[in-house]
Amino acid sequence: MELLSGAEMVVRALRDEGVKYIYGYPGGALLHVYDAIFTQDDVEHILVRHEQAATHMADAYARATGKAGVALVTSGPGATNAVTGIATAYMDSIPMVVITGQVMSHLIGEDAFQETDMIGISRPVVKHSFSVQSPEEIPSIIKKAFHIAESGRPGPVVVDIPKDMTTPTERYEYEYPKSVKMRSYNPILKGHTGQIKKAVDMLLAAKRPVIYTGGGVIMGEASEQLTELAQELGYPVTNTLMGLGGYPGTDKQFIGMLGMHGSYEANMAMHHSDLILAVGARFDDRVTNGTDKFCPTAKIVHVDIDPASISKTIKADVPIVGPAQAVLKEMLEQVQSSKKEPCADSLKAWWEQIDEWRARHGGRYKTDDTELMKPQHVIEMLSKVTNGDAYVCSDVGQHQMFAAQYYKFNKPNRWINSGGLGTMGFGLPAAMGVKLNFPEEEVVCVTGEGSIQMNIQELSTISQYDIPVKVICLNNQSLGMVRQWQDMNYESRHSQSYMKSLPDFMALVESYGHVGIKVERYEDLEGAMREAFAMKDRMVFMDIAVDPFEHVYPMQVPRGSMRDMWLSKTERT
Amino acid sequence: MRHIISVLMENEPGALSRVVGLFSQRNFNIESLTVAPTEDETLSRLTVTTIGDDRVVEQITKQLNKLIDVVKVVDLTEGDHLERELMMIKMKANNGTVRAEIKRTADIFRGTIIDVTPNTFTVQLVGSSSKLDAFIEALGTSNIMEVVRSGVSGIARGEKILAL
Ligand SMILES: Cc1ncc(C[n+]2csc(CCOP(=O)(O)OP(=O)(O)O)c2C)c(N)n1
Ligand SMILES: [Mg+2]
Repeated sequence: MELLSGAEMVVRALRDEGVKYIYGYPGGALLHVYDAIFTQDDVEHILVRHEQAATHMADAYARATGKAGVALVTSGPGATNAVTGIATAYMDSIPMVVITGQVMSHLIGEDAFQETDMIGISRPVVKHSFSVQSPEEIPSIIKKAFHIAESGRPGPVVVDIPKDMTTPTERYEYEYPKSVKMRSYNPILKGHTGQIKKAVDMLLAAKRPVIYTGGGVIMGEASEQLTELAQELGYPVTNTLMGLGGYPGTDKQFIGMLGMHGSYEANMAMHHSDLILAVGARFDDRVTNGTDKFCPTAKIVHVDIDPASISKTIKADVPIVGPAQAVLKEMLEQVQSSKKEPCADSLKAWWEQIDEWRARHGGRYKTDDTELMKPQHVIEMLSKVTNGDAYVCSDVGQHQMFAAQYYKFNKPNRWINSGGLGTMGFGLPAAMGVKLNFPEEEVVCVTGEGSIQMNIQELSTISQYDIPVKVICLNNQSLGMVRQWQDMNYESRHSQSYMKSLPDFMALVESYGHVGIKVERYEDLEGAMREAFAMKDRMVFMDIAVDPFEHVYPMQVPRGSMRDMWLSKTERT
Repeated sequence: MRHIISVLMENEPGALSRVVGLFSQRNFNIESLTVAPTEDETLSRLTVTTIGDDRVVEQITKQLNKLIDVVKVVDLTEGDHLERELMMIKMKANNGTVRAEIKRTADIFRGTIIDVTPNTFTVQLVGSSSKLDAFIEALGTSNIMEVVRSGVSGIARGEKILAL
């Protein structure tokens, strides 16, 4: 058997796990590990400019592939800089392994230089964490970390490694475990057949059904099964912000996103439904609006891999614990073999009603109130220019909602955004993480002039590694989402929501060696965008001036029911 | 309603803080908490008493089960069970009448006097939490100097066990 130091074992274990890239930033506690990285070529290290970006790169890789991304950060400030990224992944159930350096074991607890209790700090935002107590444990801990991160309901795992666990002169037998067995962790592999039968009976008897799916369908690789089941039944499908792409966005059975900024027809259909099949979604407050008024006539079937998500905020009539893919597959089989069929007349009437809603409001926005470009239009153009096929990595704000509403995602894993935590600064590193791993694909970062400045330093990483992402900056010269709330609830007192003294983004990106394109008029947009995407191997930053007064609609009225919405600045349901 | 939840978990560093952290993070209430290793030294057993409606308690058990270190969780209050808590209570006992009174009350509650000085008595009492409360009430607060309670431990009645 081969003898390796702890530092070498870290790198070797990552290689043996099939990891191609790790994203990180060095520091004292990790010097042995960085030396071990230097002497091999199997695992490539990407040097970011801020640890938060390393975690978002790893996270976005995971969102695009389902496999855990890996970040490597040093102790103290390196580790604390990574916390936002860990929390971002945690809130959206994204698999990630974050290796953090730690001070030498004998110094722990002494407030040593660059010591922080990373296990403690990260505890509420990790699925699990390990602290290495002896170098021989490194291979098995790393194996377990990946297993835990990727299985069941995925999530980030922290591995904290004191510097003396990686001493180059101390060598141990290395063998990477082939499998993991943990008596206290056994993720469930299939749903309860009896419960599925109950659900199928209810599905087939429903008169006004809605299928409501979330990120669990994306991370659970179940969009094929979902599409088949929905099409077999002919029922309407709505996706959460995390679930977009789980069902083809251009299909007629798709009624749009639901929730706070969901489509009129999706929220109306939910409210009036008599049966909701929820899959891999968690009825969070941005979806349900006031829980006491939530869908008064609906029975609820809730499929989720995490039992704790079921009946947490909304009581399920039929709970089914299991992976989305296996459960949906079994549901489809049962539907196909059932003697019953959906009631054609009720379904016809239901679709007529939905189509009426769709015709009444469905995805429209005002264009005649200003000469300025509408952000929605820019996203529609993006969808057109990229054929709805790009990986769209978003930041957080109005632009994120416009992207979710107006980009038509036909494939899963292509809409990459921080839904649960809502982390501004996520978009650019996320796009980098995806582009690096899918160099042939079109990868876009949709952002605002506020968000982009939260990780703008990564323009430098992009130069170093040649990561030709395209940035679409919807520049409304303000923290638009904040300003919208101030318009609606604070009589337009725009407290601290202006972005004064914006940089000259053109000059800024050019100084990093990238291309900047500024667009201010409708007639220039399509040409400029096509020009940007034609530059396959250049990073292009499109600074697009959009209407600073635009709001995102529909918007649910706080604490109301699903159907209580503002549809424009003046219209309410 | 009050629930007694017993948790079997890996005897690993950090496991306890994950359980305790979960309660504060999710805004669950903890009335008492005890933890100690079991006969199998790789496992420890934790008992937590909490107050909440069915929905909250369902969340507590589900969230506990989700912790990677947790092997098994049972809500003892769902079935027949025994609960015991140990209390040591130190009292001013500086004259004959008081001493006799304390002794008599301790006897009624089957408490034991485990330490005596010219001015104090320390009584040990084992029982359900409500029995301990009743004992304190019976003694009256005026003579009590210090009360220390272990927190509740519980076990199911009959054949039912919490084990691997
Ligand atoms: C790190 C972080 N800080 C603060 C917020 C609160 N917040 C949500 S949206 C938003 C404004 C975003 O502005 P911009 O990126 O320009 O997008 P816009 O809404 O204008 O499209 C803010 C401040 C957040 N989500 N994340
Ligand atoms: Mg803005």
